[in-house]
Amino acid sequence: MSVGSATEAGDSLQRAGQEVGHGWGVEPAPLGLRAYFTCLKGIVWREILRYLHQRERFLSALVRPLVWLFIFAAGFRQTLGVSIIPPYQTYVLYEVFIAPGLIGMIQLFNAMQSSLSMVYDRETGAMRTLLVSPFPRSYLLLSKLVAGVSVSLLQVYTFLLVAYFWEIEPPLYGYLTVLPALILSGLMLGSMALFMSSIIRQLENFAGVMNFVIFPMFFASSALYPLWRIKESSVLLYQICQINPFTHAVELIRFALYGQVDWTSLAVVLAFTAAFFGGAIYAYNPSKGLITRRGGPGGS
Amino acid sequence: MNMVSEPNVKTEAGPALVVDNVSHRFGETLALNDVSLEVPRGAFVVLLGLNGAGKSTLFALITRLYDNVTGEVRILGHDVRRRASAALQRLGVVFQGRTLDIDLSLKQNLLYHCALHGISGREARARSKSALEFVELADRANEKVRNLSGGQARRVEIARSLLHCPALLLLDEPTVGLDIDSRESAVKIVRSLVAKEGLGVLWATHLFDEVELTDLVVVLHKGRVLFSGAVTEFLEKTGTKTVSDAFRALTGITDTELAA
Repeated sequence: MSVGSATEAGDSLQRAGQEVGHGWGVEPAPLGLRAYFTCLKGIVWREILRYLHQRERFLSALVRPLVWLFIFAAGFRQTLGVSIIPPYQTYVLYEVFIAPGLIGMIQLFNAMQSSLSMVYDRETGAMRTLLVSPFPRSYLLLSKLVAGVSVSLLQVYTFLLVAYFWEIEPPLYGYLTVLPALILSGLMLGSMALFMSSIIRQLENFAGVMNFVIFPMFFASSALYPLWRIKESSVLLYQICQINPFTHAVELIRFALYGQVDWTSLAVVLAFTAAFFGGAIYAYNPSKGLITRRGGPGGS
Repeated sequence: MNMVSEPNVKTEAGPALVVDNVSHRFGETLALNDVSLEVPRGAFVVLLGLNGAGKSTLFALITRLYDNVTGEVRILGHDVRRRASAALQRLGVVFQGRTLDIDLSLKQNLLYHCALHGISGREARARSKSALEFVELADRANEKVRNLSGGQARRVEIARSLLHCPALLLLDEPTVGLDIDSRESAVKIVRSLVAKEGLGVLWATHLFDEVELTDLVVVLHKGRVLFSGAVTEFLEKTGTKTVSDAFRALTGITDTELAA
C-alpha cells in the first residue's frame, strides 16, 4: 500500500467534495429537502436490492400465499359458499374472496420479517450504520418502513400477476386503486411489527412470531371467511375480529381492489398506523428507548 | 517508527471531539465512570483498553446509539444530544463488527452510505470512486462484498466512513482479526489522512504495537480513564520503555491476564 497514491486519491475525494461545497475541513450545509429525499431513496433502494438478492426470501414470499390459493382455497371451495356481499356484485369463487386476505398475509409476513431483521441488524451493526446517519431518527425509521412497504408491493403485485391466471381477475383499474390501500396497510403492519419487535423480547425468534402474532391475527380476521359467517358461530369471535386491525387492512384492500373505499377500515388503519408508529419512535428514542434498557451494543 | 517526540497535533482551534465527565450504567454495573477525553483536530488518539474496558460503550454514546445520561459529548463543538444532526454530519465511524451488505457490490454499499448523508447522483458516484481508489480497491467496485477478504472488507469500511469527509473518525478495534499486512495498510491509510486533512481520529485497540511515539493515548480501564496524554509522557510517567509495559504498570495487569 503506497501512501503516495493514497494521497492523490484523497485529493480527488476532496475535489469531488468541493463541487458541492463540502469536503475536508468544510462545514457541511444543513440537510435540505433534497437530502431528505436522497436518504429515503437510498434506504428503499438498498432494501429492494437486498430482497432481490435473497432468492429464498423472494420465493417463499410468493409460494406461501400461492399454496393457500391453490390448495387451501380449492379444498374449501365447495364447503364455503360465499354469498353476495359488497364489494362483490355477483357470487364469487372462494379463491376470489380470500385473495385480499392473502395479500394482507403477504404484507404481514413481510412486515414481521423486516422488523425482525432490524432487531438482528442491531447486533450485526447494519442498524448502527443507519442510526449514525445525521437525519432524525424518526425519519430514518419512517424510511425503513417505506422501504419495507416497497418490498411488500413487489411481492403483492407478483402474487396478483400469478393469481390472475387462477381466475382472480379484478377490474383492470383495480390494480391501480389498490395501490394506496396497499401502501397504507403496509405502513400499518410495518409500524406494528416495528413497535412489537422493539418491546417484546420473545418475538426475536420467528416461531414465536408465527404463533403469537401472525396466526392469531390472520385467523381472527376477515381474511378467510366473511365476518357475518363468523358472527353466526360465535359473537365473541366476531367482536375480536372487528377490533383486529388486520381485518381492517384486509377490508381496505378488498374494497380498493374494486375501486371502492371502505371508510371505516380506512379510519381504523390510519389510527393504528399513527399509534404504532408513535410507539416505535418512542422505542427507538435513544434517551427513553429500549435500546438503552436492553444494554450493550451487542444486545445483552 | 517515527522518532519525533512531538505529538502530531495541528494547532487549529477547537477539538474534533470532547467527552466531558461521561458516566453510563447498565443496570447495576457502571460501564463508564466519569470519563473525559479530547481528540484535537489532526491528532491520532489511541484509546487503549482491554476487552470490557468500556470502549464500545463509549463509542455507542459518542455515536448516539444510546443517550449519555450524565456528562456531555461534543463533536466540533456540537453537542450530540442537542445538535445531533450537525454533530453526526461531521462524524465517520468504523464499527467493530462487519457492517457491509455482503450481497451488494462495493459500489452499492458506498452509494447507500452516501444516501444516508444526503449525497446523491453524480456526486455520490464520484465520491465512491475516489474513496475506493483511496483504499486501492477501485478495480473491484462492482464485485460483491462477499468475495472480499477480511482486510479488504475493512478497507471498504474505512472508505465508507470517509465518503462525507468527516472531521472526526472513530474506529472501534478496526484491525482485530486482520493479518499483519492488512493491519498495516489500514493503519497507514488512516494515518495519512490525519497528516494530510487534519482529521481527528479516535482509534480503539488493545494491540499495543499500533501506537506510535507521536500519538496521543488514552488508557481506559474498567470504565475509568487512567491516563490521557502524549505517548512520551505515558512512558515517562510509568518509567517504562514500551507502551505495553507502561499499560501493565498503570493498570497492574499481569502478563497472563493480558494474554487472556
